[in-house]
Amino acid sequence: MLSLIYLIGSVTFIVGLKMLSNPATARKGNAIAAGGMTLAILGTIFLYKHHGQGLHNYGWIVAGLFIGGVIGLVSARRVKMTAMPEMVSLFNGMGGACAALISVVEFEYMTEVIFTGAPVRMQLVIILAGMVIGSVSFAGSVIAWGKLNGSIKDISFKGQHIFNLIVLAVILLLAVVVTITLPAATVILFVVILLLSLLYGVCFVLPIGGADMPVVISLLNSFTGVAAACGGFLYNNPVMLTGGILVGSAGTILTILMCKAMNRSLKNVLIGSFGGPKVAGTSKEQGAYKEISLSDTAVIMAYAQKVMIVPGYGLAVAQAQHACHELENLLEARGVEVKYAIHPVAGRMPGHMNVLLAEADVPYEKLLEMEQANGQFNTTDVVLVLGANDVVNPAAKNDPASPIYGMPILEVENARSVIVNKRSMKPGYAGIENDLFFQPKTSMLFGDAKHVLQQLVAEIVNSL
Amino acid sequence: MDVIFSFLQQHLEAVYIVILSVFLGVEVISRVPSVLHTPLMSGANAIHGVVIIGAIIVMGEAEPDNYLALVLGFLAVILGTINVVGGFVVTDRMLEMFKSKKTK
Repeated sequence: MLSLIYLIGSVTFIVGLKMLSNPATARKGNAIAAGGMTLAILGTIFLYKHHGQGLHNYGWIVAGLFIGGVIGLVSARRVKMTAMPEMVSLFNGMGGACAALISVVEFEYMTEVIFTGAPVRMQLVIILAGMVIGSVSFAGSVIAWGKLNGSIKDISFKGQHIFNLIVLAVILLLAVVVTITLPAATVILFVVILLLSLLYGVCFVLPIGGADMPVVISLLNSFTGVAAACGGFLYNNPVMLTGGILVGSAGTILTILMCKAMNRSLKNVLIGSFGGPKVAGTSKEQGAYKEISLSDTAVIMAYAQKVMIVPGYGLAVAQAQHACHELENLLEARGVEVKYAIHPVAGRMPGHMNVLLAEADVPYEKLLEMEQANGQFNTTDVVLVLGANDVVNPAAKNDPASPIYGMPILEVENARSVIVNKRSMKPGYAGIENDLFFQPKTSMLFGDAKHVLQQLVAEIVNSL
Repeated sequence: MDVIFSFLQQHLEAVYIVILSVFLGVEVISRVPSVLHTPLMSGANAIHGVVIIGAIIVMGEAEPDNYLALVLGFLAVILGTINVVGGFVVTDRMLEMFKSKKTK
């Protein structure tokens, strides 16, 4: 009976994941997977038997499920759409921690009864793997969460990658020692591995730039999947195996897809050759940029035929999506055609801008994907770039020395004029200068995106 | 070597599941529009919450006087549930928006 339930659970995960990859069926897919999960959990509680013995401690289990359920439900319901990426990262960390704790408890059982012999040794390897991967994922996710909500800054020191490699090597070495000296496997050594794994998780994510966080979260996501699968091996539990490995492999592919969208290799992201001061060497003579006033911007936009808005991280940080939609409505009412050009990796996560603009009720048809948008820039009068930088940097096309060379970009310079809203002239996350800002047809409009948009709206309403 | 062989033999089914799941995961994900990357990641995040089953088993097999196991197991159940419930709810909220804008 229970194996049938697990089979159904596994199938729902596969079907759910498949349906999630198509916009039309995605929501149903999520619900199906959730249903399968519920079934598998209930089945485990009521039907699980090991050596003919059922589970006990029901009170604890139900209390735990209840507390966790309430926390999960409330935090997921309350979180703002813009803070979604952080939340996903945090939930991922919880899963990692859960896997690590399971391993700790299982290790404790193991030390109580001193086994010898082959199967147990392999079991220890799996326990260790689950614990190391789980705690790396936990610590890394918490750091990623902190970075996305801005409470943790990028920290890197010289030789950090070497330090990380050494930590990893020590973890592996200790794991081998524990496994080989099995009967004598000491608790202290185990605890040291646990602490080192947490340290590694922290050091692994710390130096990686905020812009690369989605890739890291996706990677940690697949880590947790593998950690869950370790549990599946431990209990010979097929649904944990399928679920875990499915996420492990799908997550890895997703990570690679995300990197591809940015035209960067995974190695590049992890080692983080991006963003250091060293790449500033590629900057040439920049010349001067020109600023534009709010009232001029209002006039230009209000009398344009077609305006294209390019949203970026600045829009998300400033929570300016509603102000942006307001401006769009106002312009449309005046007969201006307004569209949004969405770069696949604009913002902090692929699809970030879509979610954000959807929250502000921007109609779906107004969001153009990159290829579509690029075909329309030459008929566009004004491009308004809101806090986007690298995704409109022409260096990706023209400058082979640039670290983002080859990344597909939005070719805004084909439009008649470009207005760039940024907080300052500081380079974007990639830490590279943007030639676009110095081109004759580009004007800079400095300020916080939300503030600027609100003023633009007021300007158009009052004086035009 | 013998250790590994005997392990493989004992867990042959599991090994098959792992290998097939790897390919399945790759196959299922390969053709996804980038717009859906975030919800998909979030959905996958909820699915690996299946680790909760391990937590339930640990909890349920703990001896009533083994406080370390009880406390850690309890914590694991809570964390795992947050992962599952939060994960699915967040994904649903994301997808809700994708849907609403289409019907409008």
